[in-house]
Amino acid sequence: MQQNVKDVPAVAMPDATAMKRRRIILSAVAITVAIILPFVVKNFLIFQLTLAMVYAIAILGLNLLTGFNGQFSLGHSAFFAIGAYTAAILMDQGEVAYYWTLPAAGAACMISGFLFGLPALRLEGIYLALATFSLAVAMPQLLKSSPLEPWTGGVQGITILKPDAPFGLPLNSDQWLYIFTLAVLIVLFAAAANLIDSRTGRAIVAIRDNSTAARSMGINVSLYKSLTFGVSAFYTGVAGALGAIVIQFVAPDSFTFVLSIGLFVGLVIGGVGSIAGTLFGGLFVLFVPNIAEAISKGLAGAVYGVILILVIYVMPSGAAGLVRLIGSKIARRTS
Amino acid sequence: MDLFLHQVLAGLATGGIYACMALAIVMIYQAIDSLNFAQGEMAMFSTFIAWQFMQWGMPYWVAFFATIAVSFAAGVAIERVVFKPLRHASLLSHIVVFIALFAIINSVAGFIWDFTIKSFPSPFGTQSLFGSGLISMHDTGMIVVTLILLVLLFAFFRYTRIGLAMRATAENPESARLVGIRVGWMVALGWGMAAAIGAVAGMLIAPVVFLEPNMMLSILLYGFAAAVVGGLNSPLGAVIGGFSVGVIENLAGTFIPYVGRELKLTIALTLIVAVLTLKPSGLFGKVVVSRV
Repeated sequence: MQQNVKDVPAVAMPDATAMKRRRIILSAVAITVAIILPFVVKNFLIFQLTLAMVYAIAILGLNLLTGFNGQFSLGHSAFFAIGAYTAAILMDQGEVAYYWTLPAAGAACMISGFLFGLPALRLEGIYLALATFSLAVAMPQLLKSSPLEPWTGGVQGITILKPDAPFGLPLNSDQWLYIFTLAVLIVLFAAAANLIDSRTGRAIVAIRDNSTAARSMGINVSLYKSLTFGVSAFYTGVAGALGAIVIQFVAPDSFTFVLSIGLFVGLVIGGVGSIAGTLFGGLFVLFVPNIAEAISKGLAGAVYGVILILVIYVMPSGAAGLVRLIGSKIARRTS
Repeated sequence: MDLFLHQVLAGLATGGIYACMALAIVMIYQAIDSLNFAQGEMAMFSTFIAWQFMQWGMPYWVAFFATIAVSFAAGVAIERVVFKPLRHASLLSHIVVFIALFAIINSVAGFIWDFTIKSFPSPFGTQSLFGSGLISMHDTGMIVVTLILLVLLFAFFRYTRIGLAMRATAENPESARLVGIRVGWMVALGWGMAAAIGAVAGMLIAPVVFLEPNMMLSILLYGFAAAVVGGLNSPLGAVIGGFSVGVIENLAGTFIPYVGRELKLTIALTLIVAVLTLKPSGLFGKVVVSRV
């Protein structure tokens, strides 16, 4: 970190190219570490890290909606469920290869997200939170309902097979799924960063900052808002499909509103409006409940809550905010 | 027709529960301008305190009022300890802290009193009203208490100095501070009152749903729904919303074949979304116009 900051010019704000270069170097280091990791740790930890990446993708989807477009959602577990079930049904009944289920799951979620985004246009803040929350609450019941049972398997859910590494690569299936998820994650993260950097991205952020001003500048607010909803659902749906493949099992009760709340916590802890922060959010969502349980079995919930409150005290704008703060302190000292 | 009437009355009875909860939600919304997700757990904890008081041999009404006092103090304490340092944090951070409180209170209650289901006495008795078999004494008592609470709250906000100060704080904190209102304490007071109303709601609900750490989860959902349908800034709307959610839920469960029973919650929630799309600030809510 310090190394990178030093070659920044002594002006208060580093210029854009230096920042971009720094970002590329950091990403390259992170990706190298991530690729080496599955060859040095145990299988169960690989599995956990894969899941953390899955959550990170889902949280990134939520972040595009909440962090960049300013729309609340406590309903993303519903899109996660749609993605997971699309993948599972395609693999179970259509015998589709697992990698083809990702675009299908993404497309299904994008359409449902766009459609849900249309009525959501009329709602703001806490009301939108409640409407999306209803979606999250309704989803497990819908999945269990008897008309859908021939496809969803009702309460029992669907079991799917774990894919092996292709081309005879010397990897076990945990390692292969880790690499596969990592590749998807890198593509999706790069796409999100590009989207936010683009003309469309600026329109999305402008709507968050001041929708009236955005409208007066000629941005079609309704269209962009529902499109963002669709893209956000796309990300979460792909994460859902990956999750189904990694866990090899889907059931209605894995997708309750508790998952939505988990994603929301990950979003805030990682940093609202920060793409890199969502990675931290994914790790937090997966590991902190386990840590809490290790500290005290009976009071696991209380320990988790206390950790959460302390984290909010220490970094009110998430991990990304904390990193920015430390970065600017170091920059000021070195200049 | 008889079935219809019966279901409407049963709906009003459960609606009373939701109305109580919605009232507490609206209270805290007035004080802090956001929804408290830990509200149900706070009410559950208060009910456990009442149960504990009664285990120690207190008569019902003594325990009832002692619990209200304890809950009020606890509500103020939570605001002072947890939320005062976070006053300038974003709304999203606040929601995470609510979620944290939810986890803490739920887990501590389970730790102290464990997760077995306990029965809770009703002060009104459980026989049916006038022997008609339509609505029980307890349900009637619950509806009456909710209405009394509503009148008391209305009087408090309309006719007392503190009530006026609290309304001013909710309306415009800066101006309220300039005319000498201690804004911080008004917010704490709002928390205390919300906790106290939640305690009343919990103690009225517990005889019906039984006492255990997870008793409030679905009730909180319906309470939110009721509050939002009625309008988050209108106590009267919250109560009407509570009763209508109860009635709609019951009628849908009885008269819509198959789907009604299995997807009761979904139907209720769909209705809410429908109401919100047509009338975004709730049926009785004040429409907030923002200046650009």
